[in-house]
Amino acid sequence: MTVRVKFFAILRERAGASEISKELPQGSTVGDLWRELQKDYPKLAVPGIRLLYAVNQNYVAPDYCLREQDEVVFIPPVSGG
Amino acid sequence: MFRVTDKPINLQELVDYVTDPEAGAIVPFIGTTRNNNEGRTVIALDYEGYREMAEKELARIGEEAKKQWSICKMAIVHRLGPVQIGEASVIIVVSSAHREAAFAASRFAIEEIKKTVPIWKKEVFEGGEVWIGTQSGQPLTAVK
Repeated sequence: MTVRVKFFAILRERAGASEISKELPQGSTVGDLWRELQKDYPKLAVPGIRLLYAVNQNYVAPDYCLREQDEVVFIPPVSGG
Repeated sequence: MFRVTDKPINLQELVDYVTDPEAGAIVPFIGTTRNNNEGRTVIALDYEGYREMAEKELARIGEEAKKQWSICKMAIVHRLGPVQIGEASVIIVVSSAHREAAFAASRFAIEEIKKTVPIWKKEVFEGGEVWIGTQSGQPLTAVK
């Protein structure tokens, strides 16, 4: 299956991309996707920060099972306001 | 009204939106950009947002506030893109029959925004720049 990944803020800078597509085996979780992306983009992981996961604009747990064409965003610590 | 915008936020528009004949109070909160942070002189600020989700989260905060307090209407608008020092980065306006509810809901909304809304602030200061991160409790140093 293919999912769409959007990068924002520090992760966008580290990936050098705003939006990508990624092929994954059926049954992959959002946590699996994060591990795969770290192989594709070795600079992506930021030591010591806690990431949250969003699928189709809702927060989800790391074991959330992805589906075809899901929109996935890894949320670094937010700092609005 | 729950949205993000690239343009300066118009306070009066939000006040007009929450004005209600049943309201006895309208509480505005204006978050502004400061010229200093942690001892650094801040030159400029740039906000980036995951727009669709940010607006959904703002609306969720509004729903949550309505469940907890007896408020009439709420409007939250958050700025994205470059914001000059001293300008409004976020404005929250709440109306309620009695002032306690509007004050409480406003306070709740700004605290929630800082925790859950996918918006990130980059601070540009003399000699560098940094993505400010509050969930980890540590500022993040942007990688060059």
